[in-house]
Amino acid sequence: MKKYGKIITNAAGRSVPTEINGEEHIPYKGIGKHIPSGRKFAPRIASCANYPADGNKVVASLREALVKAGLRDGMTISTHHHFRDGDLVANTIFDIAHELGVKNLRWFPSASFPCHEPLIRYLEDGTINRIEGSMNGPLGRFCSHGLMQGLGVLRSHGGRYQAVQDGEVQIDIAVIAAPTADPFGNANGVDGPAACGLLGFALADSQYADKVIVVTDNLVPFPCIPWQIHGNYVDHVVVVDKVGLPEKIISGTTQITRSPDRLFIADLTARFCEAAGIVRDGFSYQAGAGGTALSIGIYFSEMLRKNGWKARFIRAGSNKYPVKMLEDGQVDYILDGQTFDLDGVRSMRENPRHVNTSPFTSYNYHGKGNFASMVDVVILGATEVDVSFNANVVTHSDGYLLHGIGGWQNCLFSKCTILPIPLFRDRMPVILDSVTTLCGPGELIDVIVTERGIAINPLRQDLIDRMKNSGLPIRSIHELKDEAEKICGKPDKPLLDDEIVAAIKWVDGTVIDSVRKVIRD
Amino acid sequence: MNKEIKKISTAGNKGKDVRSDCFVTLELTESGGIVIKLESKVTVQYGKANMSLVREILDFYGISDAKVELEDSGALPFILSARMEAAIRQLIDTDKEFLPEFNPANQYHTEKERNRFSRLYLPGNSPKLMINAGIHKPDGVILDLEDAVAFDKKYEARFVVRNALRVLDFYGAERMVRINQLPLGLEDLEYIIPHNVNLVLLPKCEDAQQIIEVNRRIDSIRDTMGIHEPVWIMPIIESAKGVVNCYEIAASAENVVAMAIGLEDYTADLGTLRTEEGTESFFARAKLVIACKAAGIQAIDSVFSDVGDMEALARTVQRSKAMGFNGMGCIHPRQIAVIHENFAPEDKEIEKAMKIYNAFVEATEKGLGVVSLGTKMIDPPVVKRALKVIDLAIATGKLNKNWREEA
Repeated sequence: MKKYGKIITNAAGRSVPTEINGEEHIPYKGIGKHIPSGRKFAPRIASCANYPADGNKVVASLREALVKAGLRDGMTISTHHHFRDGDLVANTIFDIAHELGVKNLRWFPSASFPCHEPLIRYLEDGTINRIEGSMNGPLGRFCSHGLMQGLGVLRSHGGRYQAVQDGEVQIDIAVIAAPTADPFGNANGVDGPAACGLLGFALADSQYADKVIVVTDNLVPFPCIPWQIHGNYVDHVVVVDKVGLPEKIISGTTQITRSPDRLFIADLTARFCEAAGIVRDGFSYQAGAGGTALSIGIYFSEMLRKNGWKARFIRAGSNKYPVKMLEDGQVDYILDGQTFDLDGVRSMRENPRHVNTSPFTSYNYHGKGNFASMVDVVILGATEVDVSFNANVVTHSDGYLLHGIGGWQNCLFSKCTILPIPLFRDRMPVILDSVTTLCGPGELIDVIVTERGIAINPLRQDLIDRMKNSGLPIRSIHELKDEAEKICGKPDKPLLDDEIVAAIKWVDGTVIDSVRKVIRD
Repeated sequence: MNKEIKKISTAGNKGKDVRSDCFVTLELTESGGIVIKLESKVTVQYGKANMSLVREILDFYGISDAKVELEDSGALPFILSARMEAAIRQLIDTDKEFLPEFNPANQYHTEKERNRFSRLYLPGNSPKLMINAGIHKPDGVILDLEDAVAFDKKYEARFVVRNALRVLDFYGAERMVRINQLPLGLEDLEYIIPHNVNLVLLPKCEDAQQIIEVNRRIDSIRDTMGIHEPVWIMPIIESAKGVVNCYEIAASAENVVAMAIGLEDYTADLGTLRTEEGTESFFARAKLVIACKAAGIQAIDSVFSDVGDMEALARTVQRSKAMGFNGMGCIHPRQIAVIHENFAPEDKEIEKAMKIYNAFVEATEKGLGVVSLGTKMIDPPVVKRALKVIDLAIATGKLNKNWREEA
């Protein structure tokens, strides 16, 4: 099977393959332009006759569960990143597959982390054919060097749900690592020694996969409440000693930044939102877990307090800061996609206003709407931006794949998308003539905030008008780019091969860009 | 240092936490041409540019055989050239300077009376902290050649500071350098006076003679270079002797525009400890303020060293302001806003000043000789003070420049 077939130029002007790993894929057509017809993917009908009436689906080991689920060559195996860099399950699955001599698997994780580096040997020996999911750190380098047998495919969290729902990716076996579960397969993330908050990224897999295995280290008698994952979808339950490393589940980026330059950018971003009238009684926002984004949340909280206002909801990535706002009555609800610290986990367990959400409710583009477009302002990061406001989150300026898309593409649909970024990082300018990899079209990116000024997308004349007497340093994106180049010099482009190593999907399943092989010295 | 014998030199910084800097190891060889080994975070973007800059500098100094090892952590070109020059000039005896192009944005001069609420210290051998210093809008930046630079880095720091003065845009901040104690500090002047430094800080100043000595060297450099703009001096009093002599120091020359106190060294000199309430330094600070006011210059308070405690900083600034100080040093950009906010006049004060100013304008327009507010006569010094308050309110962002039109 060829990694990819014919290349064409898509509506964003990027060269993309129309055939990937032997299947047809549709090139990007523009925002909201691809409207699919037909019906969703239909999983097989199951029958209670085939499952124990006492509800006990526990089997002795993950190996037994995988064998019972019919693990064989060429299957698609999915896992989830609720444990982030503390995941122990994905590596074990492929150890077992390797022992069983199974080949050519497609790994379909919701995200990968540096802890998955040991899988490189299975990519090398053919146990795994390719990864369709984020590729970070060592896996990103491996893929960027063109060493993966199949073509990588990167999707957003919403795009992953869409791909499963639409049948674009058919999962043979989903393995859901759960902090707490009962023998029937009901599971949640709020209880147990490895509590991680919620299991939203596994929802699509539980609903659509052919076989579903729940792995836990905290088996409780039926019923496991809340049942974030319904046992009615589950085939087998496996009990292990340790399902994840709790100390690594917590994200390292939950401290507000101490860097004066980042704080400066955060402050400028918050003042922009205030001057634009975005921060007001009843507003909503989403800010990620990075140091700058967290600081912006704190500035928002101060603005709410000063004015006696209350936010309606925060879309999160939660940690102690939004939780404090919820507990102080500064916000009505947290709509949470993943918890980043133990305060987030506790709040979700105890507070009915801290709601667990999934990529279906928040991000799926092939639904009857989603939450992302209702958020007043979203604060996101980027590795590169270009003068057309296009942005890149997956590759660095040296061409290497280093990050996943996460919910980033989905969030772009908010009413105002702001990227607070430094003008240059260690001499590397962030604003370029053209991004190395296109992940988000410029039409959806409204504002770039840097330490040397704020650029507003010319498409947002309303925001430009509102800033006229704000006293804030509004500049054109070209001016910002020129200033960075004056300081740093004009950077050379990375040396990239013509060979494609991965495809970037847009939220509707079309292919928006390709990642090229990095030429090594 | 015997330049005849030394064949290998180094300059710069390296290590895990080093950013925006580089480390150069230079070996002069007998033959074999130029051999450059480059290790860089930004090889893809700037590898070629760095290689050609290294060659250009070697060529400038007439070096045709050398081994250069460059460990680059994203150094900007003016840092790379400062490091190369420092390495080269340790090995060959030359006065030739490899000067990066002077940024036209850095041609500005400063007024004697300008506000000096905040001045941000920047270690002279740490480029990372300099690059974005201006965005935080301190009234002044201090490129520090003295205490912030380790003894064995004093030489190479001069090239960094000189190049920073030429290249880095501090966005209107007063461009200051703290030189070393005399006599080493006199040599430092050669590296900064030709590059439009606005103000020189003289540390551990103990008598007026030192100011005269510094001025003599500054004037001789200005004469040679044909520089006409003045260079201001801010002596720092850091000892009992300095405190005793502080009026003479303040009044020693026309270009002394402000005088600062440095409490770490002063308390050490007294053999006491520095406390938040500051009993141990009260006399010295009070005397310094009086000396400055008597000499008609600004009094500048010591830095506040707990960068995490903004509330204690605010209290300290309020006390400084109440004593008559006009500004304070900062060691972290986050302190700048707190200092400005607390040196700014209070709302009540501004309101009153606006009323007085309006009455003054009205009286002038009507050709009246006497200004009055209600039934109260207003003396000229009160008007003068009101004008100062308004200027400060505008400078600290508490009052719009066009406040009279808006009313």
